[in-house]
Amino acid sequence: MSEHIVPVRIYIGVFLALMALTALTTAVAFIDLGRWNTVAALAIAVTKMFLVVLFFMHLKYSSGLTQLVLLAGFFWLAIMVTLTLSDELTRWWTQTSGSWSALLPFLLRLF
Amino acid sequence: MADLAAHGVHPPGFAHQFEDMEQQRDAGSLGMWVFLVTEIMFFGGLFASYIIYRALDLRAFETGSRLLDIRFGAANTAVLIGSSLTMALAIRSAQVGKPKSQIIFYLIMTMILGALFLGLKFTFEWRHDYVEHLVPGFGFAYKGPFAHGVELFFCFYFFMTGLHALHMIVGLGILTVLTIMASRGRFTEQYYAPLEISGLYWHFVDIVWIFLFPLLYLIGGRYVLGGN
Amino acid sequence: MSTAVIDALPEASAQPSRVNYLNASYGIRSWLLTTDHKRIALLYLSSITLMFFVGGAFAVLMRLHLIQPQGALVEPDTYNKLFTLHGVIMIFFFLIPSIPATLGNFLVPMMVGARDLAFPRLNLLSWYIYAIGAIFTLYATISGGVDTGWTFYPPYSSTFSHTQVVPVALGVFITGFSSILTGLNFVVTIHKMRAPGLTWFRLPLFIWAIYATSIIMILGTPVVAITIFLLGLERLLHVGIFDPKIGGDPVLFQHLFWFYSHPAVYIMILPGLGVMSELVTCFSRKRIFGYSFVAFSSMAIAVISFLVWGHHMFVTGQSVYAGLIFSVLSFLVAIPSAVKVFNWTATLYKGSISYQAPMLYALGFIGLFTMGGLTGLFLASLATDVHLNGTYFIVAHFHYIMVGGAVMAYLGGIHFWWPKITGRMYPDGWARFAALVIFVGFNLTFFPQFIIGYLGMPRRYAVYPPEFQVLNVMSSAGASILGVGYLIPLIYLIWSMRYGPAAGPNPWQAKGLEWETPSPPPTENFEEIPVVTEEAYDYAAPHTGVARG
Repeated sequence: MSEHIVPVRIYIGVFLALMALTALTTAVAFIDLGRWNTVAALAIAVTKMFLVVLFFMHLKYSSGLTQLVLLAGFFWLAIMVTLTLSDELTRWWTQTSGSWSALLPFLLRLF
Repeated sequence: MADLAAHGVHPPGFAHQFEDMEQQRDAGSLGMWVFLVTEIMFFGGLFASYIIYRALDLRAFETGSRLLDIRFGAANTAVLIGSSLTMALAIRSAQVGKPKSQIIFYLIMTMILGALFLGLKFTFEWRHDYVEHLVPGFGFAYKGPFAHGVELFFCFYFFMTGLHALHMIVGLGILTVLTIMASRGRFTEQYYAPLEISGLYWHFVDIVWIFLFPLLYLIGGRYVLGGN
Repeated sequence: MSTAVIDALPEASAQPSRVNYLNASYGIRSWLLTTDHKRIALLYLSSITLMFFVGGAFAVLMRLHLIQPQGALVEPDTYNKLFTLHGVIMIFFFLIPSIPATLGNFLVPMMVGARDLAFPRLNLLSWYIYAIGAIFTLYATISGGVDTGWTFYPPYSSTFSHTQVVPVALGVFITGFSSILTGLNFVVTIHKMRAPGLTWFRLPLFIWAIYATSIIMILGTPVVAITIFLLGLERLLHVGIFDPKIGGDPVLFQHLFWFYSHPAVYIMILPGLGVMSELVTCFSRKRIFGYSFVAFSSMAIAVISFLVWGHHMFVTGQSVYAGLIFSVLSFLVAIPSAVKVFNWTATLYKGSISYQAPMLYALGFIGLFTMGGLTGLFLASLATDVHLNGTYFIVAHFHYIMVGGAVMAYLGGIHFWWPKITGRMYPDGWARFAALVIFVGFNLTFFPQFIIGYLGMPRRYAVYPPEFQVLNVMSSAGASILGVGYLIPLIYLIWSMRYGPAAGPNPWQAKGLEWETPSPPPTENFEEIPVVTEEAYDYAAPHTGVARG
């Protein structure tokens, strides 16, 4: 655990950034960007997460082991989502064309 | 290695299975991070299921999302971010040796903001949803398009925000304990690990909400409806 | 090479009547409120032994019932409850905690040279959580039981079953947290509390196995927890995310369930694989062949185990494309297990082998685990799985691994470390006899099940076609022998605690920090934390006659 003491101004700065990003993501939801709405919302959420994790949770000042532990958590979540989707999204393939060329348009439909 | 015969060498709060305070702090911190990974997987099951059903029935999920009040969602997001700030400041106060009154002040601010979050959620959002018959299992009766999918969406809404609220309530309990400990002068520049570790938990709960907000409230396309 | 600088411990006598962790304090409160990892290990040992015999009783009833094609003992509805409860109890309340919570709790701090685990009070909480979960499940058992199969598939479990699904689900949910906290404790202890000089590659392979197991516990158990929680909600609310009425997918439950439950089978076998490395080296008086291969194979198993769960769902409506991916990955996961078997065999080669009871269990393990593992490959292959799925072939496959493997490794480990844990020796003649009875009984019980499975007899059925009767009777006969075999150690081990001869600090002349302490050890394990300078398993090379290390 870090002995590193984060200056108050960094905390305030991160707080203001988080508030700004919240306002941004809310505002963007009222603009029609088609499938990019979801991308924007998630990108902003991930950015906010990084700010909280790195500064409020001190991961920026923590050991490599801690960072690896957190990375492992997300990686395993990704495994669960990806492999389950590999079933749920491909069941219809045998009913219609089921070809790889149908995959990309279908993935784009996700958004 | 260190002979632990001399107890006076170690600060209060030292646990004797460890060699020194640094090892204790490292172990405590790693333990909490590992616990947070279990929480990622715990919530992860819900997030994964959400992702799958949203991919399979996007229109229904969008319809359901539009039935939520975005103002409360945004306000609650701001409230939780504020509580993360006050929590971080509480820990910092201990780190730099501020008087316990300052630590307690920030802890209580965190609790107030947390309670505000729960108050907004339960007394405004959930009650409204119940009155509108949008709570699955409790008289769900939505008559619009994609009714089944909307009910599925609201299953996710209540399960995810409910689980999140449960974690917040536990967090409030932990903060109460910390406040009592602080009032007894337990935290010093050398020993503030319970604050730091509880802070990690609190920030994690904040992060879960940072993802719940867009996924539940913002995906409905709140722009002008036309030809969906 | 230098010898290990491990401080000589003050008490050199072999009398278990010195102050040790067993007699350091008396009274039930000193046990129920203990934070000593060794006492907690014994708390677990008592509870899981109880659950083992409860689960075993259900197995006995099933095998008695199956003596006749139309069923000899119970109604079909009752039979469904028997196999469900047998599975639930054996998996969640015996196999998963068995080695980690008993041998792991006892040995991990000692093997890494620490005074206790990182979080002793959390350790005690783990046991209480386990006990509460067990009580819920036992309550559900006596108030009607549950008939969904241990896999709890909806919509039967969520909607149509009229049994005690929620209490059992609650019991399993609660006990899962015991597993999570134990795994967390081990990971932090192994990372942060190793003695000076004890680098990762000097650790006993048992620790590597426990570490890999803990990773699985930490990453997998929360997923089954939320899944069971969602199932319970669906049952209570009459609506939920697995409900097809609102667009839910019951197969999604299976994905989430098996995401944990497949790695769970590695939770059940990995610690046994760790015990095997300890037994094979000690009883061949040889270093392990390929230490780093065995260590890395444990980690590989932990990672790859999370990538194969769909092989339980080949025939439940899963996409055939996903099935392809899962099938290939399932073949992959067999490789690290095979690596271990090769390495143990190479360790045995030209070793100075002795056949005490722990070694008999270890040798039995090698053969039976290999058979169980190989039959898994038939199941990983899509085409053959279509034929074998849902039959007794599967039942035989997993019992070869879980009983022929995990339980035998567990018994081998219990016998190996028994003198350390209790300060007493058990009668080796009886122990060897029991090991042989178990080996014979086991094979007679489960080998016929491969055959009837291949011939098409379905699992979880209370009745069967008459042409399978001979093999079923054979299996039931084997089960009775196996049951007797398990009772014998129960008797002599308990007997030895009072009447067994006192054991010295190291009756097996084994290598390892735990053998450098008195038997039983003092509460704080080590007077002074040892400094380690030698490699693991530094047994003398049998042919050179020169002590290495």
